[in-house]
Amino acid sequence: MEVSRHWRLQKQRYELVGETCDSCGVKLFPPRDVCLECEAPAQELYTFTGLGEVFSYTTIYDAPAGFEHNAPYQVALIKLEEGPIVTAQLTDMALDEAYIGMPVEMVTRKLRTDGEEGMIVYGYKFRPICFEPVVN
Amino acid sequence: MNNYNPSDGLMKPDRPVGIVGYGAYVPRYRIRGEEISRMWTGGTGGSPVKEKAVNGLDEDVITMSIEAARNTMLRAQINPQEIRAVWVGSESHPYAVKPTSTTVAEAIGAVPNTQAADWEFACKAGTEAMQAAIAFVGSGMARYALSIGMDTAQGRPGDALEYTAAAGGAATLIGPADESVAIINGSYSFVTDTPDFWRRAHEDYPSHGDRFTGEPAYFKHVMGASEMLMNAIGRTAADYDWAVFHQPNAKFPQRAAKSLGFTPEKIAPGLLSPRIGNTYSGSTMIGLTAILDIAKPGDRILMVSYGSGAGSDAFDLQVTEKLPEVRGRAISTEGYIARRTEIDYATYTRYRDKLKL
Ligand SMILES: [Zn+2]
Repeated sequence: MEVSRHWRLQKQRYELVGETCDSCGVKLFPPRDVCLECEAPAQELYTFTGLGEVFSYTTIYDAPAGFEHNAPYQVALIKLEEGPIVTAQLTDMALDEAYIGMPVEMVTRKLRTDGEEGMIVYGYKFRPICFEPVVN
Repeated sequence: MNNYNPSDGLMKPDRPVGIVGYGAYVPRYRIRGEEISRMWTGGTGGSPVKEKAVNGLDEDVITMSIEAARNTMLRAQINPQEIRAVWVGSESHPYAVKPTSTTVAEAIGAVPNTQAADWEFACKAGTEAMQAAIAFVGSGMARYALSIGMDTAQGRPGDALEYTAAAGGAATLIGPADESVAIINGSYSFVTDTPDFWRRAHEDYPSHGDRFTGEPAYFKHVMGASEMLMNAIGRTAADYDWAVFHQPNAKFPQRAAKSLGFTPEKIAPGLLSPRIGNTYSGSTMIGLTAILDIAKPGDRILMVSYGSGAGSDAFDLQVTEKLPEVRGRAISTEGYIARRTEIDYATYTRYRDKLKL
């Protein structure tokens, strides 16, 4: 496992930090420094709310190396409320709970561990929304 | 300056401070005491709690602390760049060497202008981080300091502690009194060298002094800290609306409360151990969050932690007018407790990584 690669990605992985386009206002995730809509440079950081919905999902029974301990688990395309679609694991739910359009929220969880001695990688996953704020 | 008295042991900062934001976390899974008893005693053993909270496969003290910290920030509504300390108290830090606190600080956007450290003192690691945060803010060194008590506690399979050792905890953001939902009037610490519970390096599970855990350990320190604090600030149990004590089970805090003169009603909202177990470093602090979820402006709260080895930190708090407008911004502690999925012993064994392959 490349420690340096995980370290470079941790800002976007822990907090869902992407970018916003100065010219047209589109929100980008992951950050790519050029707007996908108008091709203007997009450099300003934007922290996503973490709210979205399940766009599609699949269940993984044969997990790749580093993820075996979690199998079976579900991977989904999540449509964030700001627009971008991200690929992420679903968590805190049974395998029969997911459905297309399910409202979900981002949580930071363990993504994988590199054996008994290596580092623990943390990042975003999504779970069913468990709270609606009360506005006074 | 406050009226410092060298003989009464009261700790009170120069500038008034309080809790600006708070947040809890309890994982979704529960195992019933009956299910553990079924495994080890054929169901004849009984259990000191009804059920306990268990963390999922992808959760540890880092991920759980991040969620409690985010709930705290939702309530506090301050710029995370103004936080000068992120402290996590736990006996189950995921790494032996590499701080839990730096990952939490990164995840809430508090880096790089912040202190970060992990605290240890059995079950009172979180409340001693709160006392240090009071000092950081109360001295003027920091405007805000974040203290977290969080654990994924482990009991040896079949041991008495397996019925109660649970996962969960809470965070508090300490800041200026005039921004606070609860002002902290003072605290007191009571510590001796008492060998009631320990875990040696590289061991997976703790050891304990059996019957030694009651009188000379829990009760002596909890009662001592409570009485000394109330004496020092001139209050009695009747002056408090709510109290919360460390909860290794249901009986100990109930007995301590009774001896100190607190009615069962005053400890009921913060007494969570029957339904989530002993969350170790999280236990007292999450009890406080459950009280803050229902307390009214003006209410007085006594909070007393206990950590084996041994010591207690006692705090005197008073709720302000700000609490009702702030608490609805994040999920309540009871909201987390209601989010419940029961698991059997086999699933529990897998989730807690007790299988050695
Ligand atoms: Zn654009």
